[in-house]
Amino acid sequence: MSSTFDTPVGAHPDRLGGDHYVAPFDDNVSFDELPDAPPKARFRLTTTGKIGAFFVIFWLFVAVFGPLIAPYGENDLPFPDAYSEFQVPQPGAWLGTDVQDRDILSRIIYGAGRTIGISVAATVIAYFIGVVLGIGAAVSSPKVDMVMSRINDAFLSLPTIMLGLVVVAAVGSSIPVLILTAGFIYASIVFRLARAIGMEIMVMDFVEAAKARGEGRWWIITREIWPNAAMPLITDFGLRLIYVILFVSSLSFLGLGVQPPQADWGSMVRDNLGALQYGASIVPVIAPALAIATLTVGINLVVDDVSAQSGGKLSNRL
Amino acid sequence: MAQQTDRTGDDIVFEARDLRIGAVREDGSELPIVKGVNFKVRRGEVVALIGESGSGKTTISLSALGYCKPGLSFTGGEAILLGENLTNKTTDELRPSRGINVAYLAQSAAATFNPSIRINEQVTESPVLHGTKTQAEADEKALALYHALELPNPETIGQRYPHQVSGGQLQRLMAAMALCGDPDLLVLDEPTTALDVTTQIEVLKAFKKVIKEEGAAAIYVTHDLSVVAQIADHIVVLYSGEVEEAGPTDVIINHPQHPYTKRLMAAIKPLPEAGQGEVSSDEHLRDDAALAAVGINAGYGGIGPNGEANIPVLRDINVAIERGKTVGIIGESGCGKSTLARVFAGLLPQTGGDILLHGDTLPRAVTDRSREQLQKVQFVYQMADTALNPRQRIRDIIGRPLEFYMGLRGKAKRARVEGLLEMVELPVQFADRYPHELSGGQKQRINLARALAAEPEIVLCDEVTSALDTIVGANVIDLLTRLRRETGVSFVFISHDLSTVSSFADEIVVLYAGRVAEQGSTDSVLSPPYHPYTKLLISSVPETRIGWLEEATETSEARSGISGTVQLTEKGCPFFERCPLAIAGTCDEIAPPRRRDNAGHIIECHRELSELG
Repeated sequence: MSSTFDTPVGAHPDRLGGDHYVAPFDDNVSFDELPDAPPKARFRLTTTGKIGAFFVIFWLFVAVFGPLIAPYGENDLPFPDAYSEFQVPQPGAWLGTDVQDRDILSRIIYGAGRTIGISVAATVIAYFIGVVLGIGAAVSSPKVDMVMSRINDAFLSLPTIMLGLVVVAAVGSSIPVLILTAGFIYASIVFRLARAIGMEIMVMDFVEAAKARGEGRWWIITREIWPNAAMPLITDFGLRLIYVILFVSSLSFLGLGVQPPQADWGSMVRDNLGALQYGASIVPVIAPALAIATLTVGINLVVDDVSAQSGGKLSNRL
Repeated sequence: MAQQTDRTGDDIVFEARDLRIGAVREDGSELPIVKGVNFKVRRGEVVALIGESGSGKTTISLSALGYCKPGLSFTGGEAILLGENLTNKTTDELRPSRGINVAYLAQSAAATFNPSIRINEQVTESPVLHGTKTQAEADEKALALYHALELPNPETIGQRYPHQVSGGQLQRLMAAMALCGDPDLLVLDEPTTALDVTTQIEVLKAFKKVIKEEGAAAIYVTHDLSVVAQIADHIVVLYSGEVEEAGPTDVIINHPQHPYTKRLMAAIKPLPEAGQGEVSSDEHLRDDAALAAVGINAGYGGIGPNGEANIPVLRDINVAIERGKTVGIIGESGCGKSTLARVFAGLLPQTGGDILLHGDTLPRAVTDRSREQLQKVQFVYQMADTALNPRQRIRDIIGRPLEFYMGLRGKAKRARVEGLLEMVELPVQFADRYPHELSGGQKQRINLARALAAEPEIVLCDEVTSALDTIVGANVIDLLTRLRRETGVSFVFISHDLSTVSSFADEIVVLYAGRVAEQGSTDSVLSPPYHPYTKLLISSVPETRIGWLEEATETSEARSGISGTVQLTEKGCPFFERCPLAIAGTCDEIAPPRRRDNAGHIIECHRELSELG
């Protein structure tokens, strides 16, 4: 073996088989510790993510500027002089008219603000309650955590739509009631998630280091746990919003959500079901349904990209 | 295409030809990670890629699977497996060859196995899935591999779940999983780094045997030259994505030429022997010990009716840490080393005995200790990755103890943070960085700086160098030695690595299954009489010498003791099962007596000190 040792320094590396290769070197070069991880890849939306982002931005724009861009008022009739129920799309009413002769395009535009507004408000409430209590349970003693979790389990065992129906039927339907009901119902799901994430962070060494230092519970929650829990919770916020949109739309579809004559996507689907019966036009039903679908699928596509970026499973990318 | 043999007629399984891999930075510019690497792997040959973390060794090894880690991509050259270049293939084109032509063995077997599926099903999954073997053929192959890997109960081990076998066994089962599909090339990524020295021997031996028998080629990735010396035919030394030196193992180990290879060799710790440790000065000594444990009992699983833990771990531990001195605590995983450190820190209240700080009893639980008491005992965690909050800047991480214990704010705090960074030999600009922007060694320095910021009297170091590369770990030990000399801080240094402890500690405590096996000054522990367990540990420390593995596995300690696992026992000596000197009927029934010579050297064993050569 030692005969290969005579290979001239700096020989071509290709000759490794049995040979000895030494890279050219400079005696003065010091070998510093190397940085560990390569830089993270830049965040880029995939094609599907871009499609999703387009829909989300589109609907947010519509929700905010709805009244400015709608061709008619929410309850205005495009053809006030005619008997014009379930008109097919035509100039003057680009998506046709609904069961009460109103312009569907304008009602979808107005409904966007209401559907998205109610859902976002409800999700924010769900997150506020769920995160505060969930992380609170995670840092509490096992007994307190046990009590809080079992009470939460009881809430979770109730079917969401049924619970919503009961509350709205008892208190009466209004937008604040709708927001609070959806908020409370989804808070128990957020509680479970926030508790799980909190628990995961609680067992990290840096939290134990803070405890060993003598830090109080408030410091541990606000400085050690929350900054690390925020990212996964924000990712889930988008997903949870989808469920709340579907929930609010379902309640409206059942007639217990947004009340007439106010427009909302779920109630629009129900109001116009008659159009299918008469075979007049499917647009009055399909248009609001498509609005719900494009918004929820759009959010989903964006969330997929974000969660893949923040440590999705390796197997998904292999 | 089918260029399976080169001009000399050798059977080349894999070849990297001017291989280049890069990442794209935030601003769109390219950052090269692998900068033109050449090497060949022939059939029946093990080629080791060696280098520090960040040298690109894992990235290069993954190219044999045609895979780049997220954010990286092939930017040039070829990775040729069985005559086919992999760098331009899609995942779908690569899938048929993975698991059949090439198999990958990850560092952690525990993370590789699915905990809820029986072992045999997972071992045989790949060839059955790829359709190269029927289930019966795969089962037969798996059984042959279990025998070849010298696993206990080879006929039935496949029916167990992953948590029912030991870590070393799982590591070998992972090799069976990789080899079940008869791959042409095996990629092993640090497969023994996370193991205890005793387990490492058994796994290395099995790997070496089975690679030879199967006639597979292998790429072995590691930072540990002593491991490489045992298993590799060729060594490729990497630094910063470039080959610095490459050649047969004998040449690289015995006649290194390149300054970087020489430096790697120099960073290898000397074997544990009496008289090699650096003697710390006595100038900081006082009457009472800085920290002392008196008759400590502790454990997990809640406290039972007798006032002891339901799962007792530590039993009757007595240690005194004098000021300015270092006590090393050593043992395999599961021996209670970290448990003891957690008792010292108050994170696990003991069920019996007392912790004394300057002779005063400390409250058991951390929540009952005063801020002054907490300040004096600081804990440094093993994994800097999880010990530093990823969302805090270095300035805040180091600054918090200053603010919390000393009330420093504003300019005074900033100046002190910079002073501490200088103390651990890091540039002051690091203050504004986040932990993930630092390397493993740098993070460990920050970890240390945070403990030192509290101006403690005792620092508890739990395996602080175990996760680090040889060179980086050696640098951290140098730093600790300097700090001990300059500050008079006492250290409790916990490690499973006897060579590290013996070069740094004044006193050594050898723990086995929660009991003290041997305890005394470093020199007395490392010279006869030995506890049989100490002897096993000493003989298991790998030497950077070709042929050491074969010699080591022939010693009587190794034959009886290596393949065991640490088990807590109710009665008798816990080391009974693995002890070459065990006395049946005595050692398994009666707790061993504590024997001491006049120099304060303690051995717990039924054998007389004169019998323990």
